Amino acid sequence: MNPIARRWFLKDCGVGLGALALRQLGAATVDPMAPKKPHHEPKAKKVIFLFMAGAPSHLELFDYKPQLEKFDGTLPPPELLKGYRAAFINPNSKLMGPKFKFAKHGQSGAEISELLPYTAKVADDLTIVKSMVTDAFNHAPGQLLMNTGTQQFGRPSFGAWTVYGLGSETQDLPAFVVFSSGKKGPSGGSSCWGSGFLPTVYQGVQFRGSGDPVLYLSNPPGVDSELQRASLDSIKKLNEMRLGTMGDPEIETRISSFEMAFRMQSSAPELMDLSKEPKHVLEMYGAEPGKPSFANNCLLARRLVERGVRFVQLYHEAWDQHGNLVKDLAGNCKDTDQASAALVMDLKQRGLLKDTIVVWGGEFGRTPMVQGVGKPDGRDHHPNAFTMWMAGGGLKPQVIGESDELGFNVVKDKVHVHDLHGTLLHLLGLDHLKLTYRFQGRDFRLTDVHGSVVNKLIA
Amino acid sequence: MTVLLFSALLSVSGAAQTVDFSRDVQPILAASCYSCHGPKAQMGGLRLDAKATAFRGVSGVTITPGKSAQSSLYQRVAGIGDQARMPMGGKPLDAAKIDILKRWIDQGAHWPDGVGAAAATIQKHWAFESPTRPGAPTVSNRTWVRNPIDAFVLAKLDQENLKPSPEADKITLLRRLSLDLTGLPPTPSEVDAFLKDRSAQAYEKQVDRLLKSPHYGERWGRHWLDAARYADSDGFEKDKQRQVWFYRDWVVNAMNRDLPYNQFLTEQLAGDLLPNPTQDQIVATGFLRNSMINEEGGIDPEQFRMEAMFDRMDAIGKSMLGITIQCAQCHNHKYDPLTQEEYYKLFAYLNNSHESNVVVYTPQEHQKRAEIFGKMREIEADLQHRNPDWKQRMAAWEASVRNNQPQWTVIRPEVEDISTGGQKYLPQPDGSFLAQGYAPTKHNPKMTVKSPLEKVTAFRLELLNDPNLPLTGPGRSVKGTGALTEFVVEAAPSKDPTKTVKIKFVRASADVNLPERELEPMYFDKSKNRRVTGPIAYAIDGNEHTAWGTDAGPGRSNVPRKAVFVAETPISFEGGTELTIYLHQRHGGWNSDDNMNHNLGRMRLSVTDAPAPVADPLPAAVRDIIMGDPARRTPAQEQAVFSYWRTVAFPDRNAEFEALWQQHPAGSSQLVLNERDAMRPTHLLTRGDFLKPAKQVPPGTPAFLHPQSASAPPNRLGLAQWLTDRKAATTARAMVNRVWQAYFGTGIVATSEDLGKQSEPPSHREMLDWLSVEFMDRGWSLKGLHRLIVTSNTYRQSSKVTPELLEKDPYNRLLARGPRFRVEGEIVRDIALAASGLLNPKIGGPAVYPPAPDFLFQPPTSYGPKNWHEEKGDNRYRRALYTHRYRSVPYPMLQNFDTPNGDFSCVRRTRSNTPLQALTTLNEPLFLETARALAKKTIAEGGASQSDRINYAFRRCVSRTPSDAERAELQTLLERQTARFKDGQLKTTDITGGEENPELAGWTVLARVLLNLDETITKE
Repeated sequence: MNPIARRWFLKDCGVGLGALALRQLGAATVDPMAPKKPHHEPKAKKVIFLFMAGAPSHLELFDYKPQLEKFDGTLPPPELLKGYRAAFINPNSKLMGPKFKFAKHGQSGAEISELLPYTAKVADDLTIVKSMVTDAFNHAPGQLLMNTGTQQFGRPSFGAWTVYGLGSETQDLPAFVVFSSGKKGPSGGSSCWGSGFLPTVYQGVQFRGSGDPVLYLSNPPGVDSELQRASLDSIKKLNEMRLGTMGDPEIETRISSFEMAFRMQSSAPELMDLSKEPKHVLEMYGAEPGKPSFANNCLLARRLVERGVRFVQLYHEAWDQHGNLVKDLAGNCKDTDQASAALVMDLKQRGLLKDTIVVWGGEFGRTPMVQGVGKPDGRDHHPNAFTMWMAGGGLKPQVIGESDELGFNVVKDKVHVHDLHGTLLHLLGLDHLKLTYRFQGRDFRLTDVHGSVVNKLIA
Repeated sequence: MTVLLFSALLSVSGAAQTVDFSRDVQPILAASCYSCHGPKAQMGGLRLDAKATAFRGVSGVTITPGKSAQSSLYQRVAGIGDQARMPMGGKPLDAAKIDILKRWIDQGAHWPDGVGAAAATIQKHWAFESPTRPGAPTVSNRTWVRNPIDAFVLAKLDQENLKPSPEADKITLLRRLSLDLTGLPPTPSEVDAFLKDRSAQAYEKQVDRLLKSPHYGERWGRHWLDAARYADSDGFEKDKQRQVWFYRDWVVNAMNRDLPYNQFLTEQLAGDLLPNPTQDQIVATGFLRNSMINEEGGIDPEQFRMEAMFDRMDAIGKSMLGITIQCAQCHNHKYDPLTQEEYYKLFAYLNNSHESNVVVYTPQEHQKRAEIFGKMREIEADLQHRNPDWKQRMAAWEASVRNNQPQWTVIRPEVEDISTGGQKYLPQPDGSFLAQGYAPTKHNPKMTVKSPLEKVTAFRLELLNDPNLPLTGPGRSVKGTGALTEFVVEAAPSKDPTKTVKIKFVRASADVNLPERELEPMYFDKSKNRRVTGPIAYAIDGNEHTAWGTDAGPGRSNVPRKAVFVAETPISFEGGTELTIYLHQRHGGWNSDDNMNHNLGRMRLSVTDAPAPVADPLPAAVRDIIMGDPARRTPAQEQAVFSYWRTVAFPDRNAEFEALWQQHPAGSSQLVLNERDAMRPTHLLTRGDFLKPAKQVPPGTPAFLHPQSASAPPNRLGLAQWLTDRKAATTARAMVNRVWQAYFGTGIVATSEDLGKQSEPPSHREMLDWLSVEFMDRGWSLKGLHRLIVTSNTYRQSSKVTPELLEKDPYNRLLARGPRFRVEGEIVRDIALAASGLLNPKIGGPAVYPPAPDFLFQPPTSYGPKNWHEEKGDNRYRRALYTHRYRSVPYPMLQNFDTPNGDFSCVRRTRSNTPLQALTTLNEPLFLETARALAKKTIAEGGASQSDRINYAFRRCVSRTPSDAERAELQTLLERQTARFKDGQLKTTDITGGEENPELAGWTVLARVLLNLDETITKE
């Protein structure tokens, strides 16, 4: 029960429960979203996950491979391909050199592609992990693994686990908000932000960049705010009367749900209204009020964490370059680079980056081998090595990890998706071994039976 | 080498030393074995801390004194044999320790009496023993006991010093009963009739009435559909629509006709294996096919067939067996005595099926078909009657065609991966390819082969049926059809394969040549081209807008076809010929992520050197009969030959048959399983990885449950027999527990998906056993079980709760009060529809599309664009059971109310109470429509006075009449808001949907409030 509701219950409800009974009643209807104490002192409280669905090419963006350039057009060494399965291509296809130029940036000297000029500018705020590995090489299973720690459907998402572990810090907005931009929706569908076997209150709530941000947020036609309030008052009074008769504390929860719905009706549109943002902020992101885009979503993500939202996830599905790599990669970077970097800068200048983690990355990497016939211009799915970056909350800015000379396998500081999950939970004050939920007779974790905290990533 | 030497040395030097159990052996066992085979856990039924149990052995003899080679204790820790090395999942014991164990056994395995634990038996978990009927306990107040349920409940309350609550008032009771049995609230007149009925059996009469209602099947079928992970789409990225509503309707009907639960399970597991299975029984196997299908580009179809298999195992575990078995996919079950090997033995029962998609007909369509075929038979009989010499004439014809076919040599080309656009061409034993996985709508596979003949004059392309194709193929479209845009061949000398020559074809023939026809809308490719199918000549005309079409219409779409292409000059190069064949398939639609492919499904290529061959006009089945032994021909075969022969012998009658074919219904499709002829071997998969098969395992059942009957067949039917055996420990208990959960909010065992060792202890274990035995004794009748529960006094208690009781029993596990909780998502919607009078009570049929926001079904919200043709007619107001379910884009209203999306089997829904639910019932368009309709109905039928009307509307929502205070609150709202509409503060037409009627607007406001009350969506 939230404190306000509890006070109301004591003061106004008048069902005459004794203090003892009320305590018990509190236990029976404990608010699943109430803030919870983490396992240890957290370094971060919130997460913004920029999910680059479709899987961006590490070889064109962050992981520069001069040798790959040198061996362009030749076949990969056979020992590399032993036991290797590719999604579309015959693994024994010719190597393709990086299609874009790289330069060193920042104090760290991070090599970043010419496609990411804005990201390059915040290089020293980023923890660039060039040694990510995953187990999956098809989109839906890969996205599920990155989001739920398993390739199978039915497990809670990272965001759901986080809210389950930490609760919510806002009464007016959902604790876990999801946006989607790009060409398509994510391959994993709504299961990417689902609650799995956790109570459904922990699932992500999809927000839209235009129109009603939350489904059914607006009053129906003909209902103004006075009528809505009057209706809610009647609903509340009638529910209170029924509570008096039946004594079921669930009715009280229903009353507070309706009240929060009403608050959300004013807080969500206020949140979504970008027109009040100063011009220089809009320009920094490349956001245009009223025109849904990844940039708008980045700015909205900042506004959400400002308002206490725990977990924000932005899906941008566009990165599956089996072909047209040169053109589409450039386009995708144009759509996302500026806003991603602006988000980091903006959070930093507002002092929010201290306790907010920004994560950027997709479900896997792309093959050093070419895909395509005629004038081949694509790369297939590749799970053995890819790059992600993070910023903020307790992370140590640096470039970490290494793949081999062809960008095929990780050779140094391997970070598996499970390790990433374990580390991010650690930063949030949660021990991935202790954050469990009992289901079907056993305790489940986001990291299942894997994962370890990567201390090198932590400041 | 060194290790071996070292251990050999050890055993030689140590052989002289006598091993002492307490000093040497027990510490090893305690350190490495007891955690899984000790007092707390006895995995695999093995307990090593007590002498009596340690020697007994489970799979093989654990300890054979004097013979380490015959002792599994030694074999397993030493890693000998093909079973997993012990300690499972831990580091192997070092050589010295293994040697101690070996020597101890070889020296006679002396275990002094009195050492170790005293346990002589291994306590079996209660739920793994077959249930027996316990006697009803004695209770404080026998008059309260209406049936044994009450005795079990009351005995527990006596122990806790609690008293049952009084019976709920009649109105509450009828509403509760109606919501429980049909998922719909009672109508006011049903309430009145019940109130008027003063007879002793008044309540029982209502129970009978509601159990007979066809809505009963919808309500309880929905529960099963959760367990069956039912959805109308494939899931994963593409999430294509699928037709499986015949299965949904089968479940609803099975509930309504009270199909005994054991039979209900049997048909779902193995309906196709029953003698002379009916269409219904085959449809029932759709249960196993409700798994998701991944046709993402680049997948390995076998990987996702295995995923589906794991999903089936999970669904059977949760829904039928009531035990979580999923963990054993990768390793032995940690808590329950299920080994990984046993998991794969269960798996083996299921692993021998085709993933089929068959055509199904409604009863009306069946009748139509019978009529059509009856008429055809009449005409054929007439032909035979008019031509008494038909037998001789047909025999002469047979002789003339028996040897008129040239020799064809099947070729098995290599398919170039990159050319298939992601579709997998799986080579089959007969030389054909089966197309599986991703289905690009336009592609051009390149196939190369060295010619097996010195000279090739012509090519034959056979399109074949396959049980794994839609409606058996021969194509891959949702109708099982396909089209060949162009047949192209290049040839080159083997000596210099770069010198390719394109082959010119001068003649093409086929066993079907249909008139030119424009493509159906499902193949629209967004171009302006006029794209057609037609005769075989279209496959060699060099025009990519024309294709050879094989779909001869309903009833004849799914037959094998063949075509022959004759080259202008024979193809021959000195030193051998390389042939490259392209099967252009470019007649699909624009979206490869949807059901728009028009591909060939299974195809086989052959070559000949015979001059000028033509495609055999005889259907393959007829050709086979003719080539067979005439003496062994059956009458049905004779008839089949006749049915073909009369088309050439009496062509003037063909039009009559053609007219009948035109009336043939198209039917629908349904995903089912279909047993394979050749057994597919099942292997234990290391860590559940399909790429790591270990030893092969036969079908079998776990040792910790009742034994499988020796006569049971080693297939799905055998599994069904075992699961529905009277001795099955968990089958009846699991179902009874879930039925209980639906009534009271929590099962007798709260963890209804798992009755295993980690389950929560049952609140009333004896009652669960009693009910389970009673359920089986009543012929596994679910309606019988329902009747038993709803007629108990336990069920009929008032759900009012006092602070004292709430303190003592917040979750109502003791059942000192009746159940009170929010109804399930579907019923939230159904109540609003019923209260408003909009409800369309039609049972069954294809899924419907009530209003939903368009953007949900478009990128970037959805992966690809999805169909959602919002219903404009009364299908808009069907029960929520019939709402189309996309797995990746769940229907938002239902999702907000905790309805599972069918990704996996769900036997226990969560029940949340959230602001999003409030926003849904307040603002969602269909809820507003129901408010408006309730307002109209209230004005029209609710009486003349305001208070009569308020009573009427109130009763339609919650069945009772409002108190004075409630009525006063509603009156105030009504009057104030109506006034605002009247004086123009609010726009009337907006809320009324166009009517300039402030009164209706005001009543709509009131109705909306009523539909949003906690009580309206709650079972009290």
